[in-house]
Amino acid sequence: MATKSLLARNNDLANTARQMEILSSGIFADGELPTFANKLKETHQFPLQPKKLEILQINLGYMCNQVCAHCHVDAGPDRKEIMTLETMQQCLEVIKNTGAHTLDLTGGAPEMNPNFKEFVEAAAKAGIKDFIVRSNLTIIRANKKYYELPKFFKKHNIHVVSSMPHWTRGKTDKQRGDGVFDKSIKALQMLNEVGYGREGSDLKLDLVYNPSGAFLPGDQMALENDFKKALKTDFNIDFHNLFAITNLPISRFLDYLIASENYEDYMFSLVDAYNPTAVANVMCTNTISVSWDGYLYDCDFNQMLNLKVASKVQHIGDYNEALLQDRNIIINQHCYGCTAGAGSSCQGVVA
Amino acid sequence: MAKPYYDASDLRKFGKITEWSEELGNKFFDYYGKVFEEGALTAREKSLIALAVAHTEQCPYCIDAYTKDGLERGITKEQMMEAIHVGAAIKSGATLVHGVQML
Repeated sequence: MATKSLLARNNDLANTARQMEILSSGIFADGELPTFANKLKETHQFPLQPKKLEILQINLGYMCNQVCAHCHVDAGPDRKEIMTLETMQQCLEVIKNTGAHTLDLTGGAPEMNPNFKEFVEAAAKAGIKDFIVRSNLTIIRANKKYYELPKFFKKHNIHVVSSMPHWTRGKTDKQRGDGVFDKSIKALQMLNEVGYGREGSDLKLDLVYNPSGAFLPGDQMALENDFKKALKTDFNIDFHNLFAITNLPISRFLDYLIASENYEDYMFSLVDAYNPTAVANVMCTNTISVSWDGYLYDCDFNQMLNLKVASKVQHIGDYNEALLQDRNIIINQHCYGCTAGAGSSCQGVVA
Repeated sequence: MAKPYYDASDLRKFGKITEWSEELGNKFFDYYGKVFEEGALTAREKSLIALAVAHTEQCPYCIDAYTKDGLERGITKEQMMEAIHVGAAIKSGATLVHGVQML
């Protein structure tokens, strides 16, 4: 398994323009499959526009202690893009005035930003009550300085959302790296110890499942039951909900699809599973994504494809919510990932 | 140019069998869908049975479909392999038990 990002490996796909070219050519150019825009037009859902803003998702940096095979961020230890204090300050100004009720912190490993704790504390002071931290779990065990994270999360009543592709070691380590499963289990137990994930507990602990191959996630509820049964029996671990997330065909997952000759089949399954009901609730309609350097995007995926919002306001420093809400959402063929089957978002299924 | 009898992309056209006989095609797909619903057996158990039978029938389309279906359901490699061993055991057992006619 690779231990470097596509960027560090000088892989062709580290270039976002190249990814866009792939997503717009071949089966989509020759009409074998409809473009996402044309599919939306069939059900009169084009152009896609935002509804009420609910979630501000801030990417604190692309640095991560893991190099997962499917990562849409192309994150890893070699990525140096980290949000500065100055950009954090600009985010805080926005947090004071936004209509969004939830602050969703992601990365890379957001905890690796040297000012992560200070930022959370300042955002709490600025009035944010609903925090999400997307934790990869192993970071909690990566270094002594992170051992106290569960207590810190608890102090600020942070909703922890953690990736866990399977309840078995083999499948987890194949996707996320050797040793990840054991460390994740230990981290989950630490979170349980401080009260996270227990039945009836206000300390929310949710897991994210995404497939470890060129297939779509199965039924979210059935997977949640399987995860709960296995993690409880094997490790006495409790968690609240499981979010089943579809892998979008970008970055490292796109690289895998092409290398394994699964790209076309995967795109066919996404298009076959297109669900217009899911379109109504895709996350770009209630979320704004902010990158480590303060630019604004319709979602974290568009951020990774360098598709900034179609608005006069493109940077957190010029933030104007009313102006921003009056925009068309930028779409492309990767968007089929969020509308397949029961739909997919950072909060799990949407339909 | 090679013209193989089996082409993986043909599986996507399966639904089109209704075009040449709509009534029978639709009846088949209704029945098929119903069979795989959650019932006295779970959909997961049915998926594993289908995988085993797909192998004994040696149908590449079915093997493709139920490998993917199993993975989507989070069924492990070990469970999938055990299922096809069940199919293989019955196949080989069926061969060997005919040895009684030889004896």
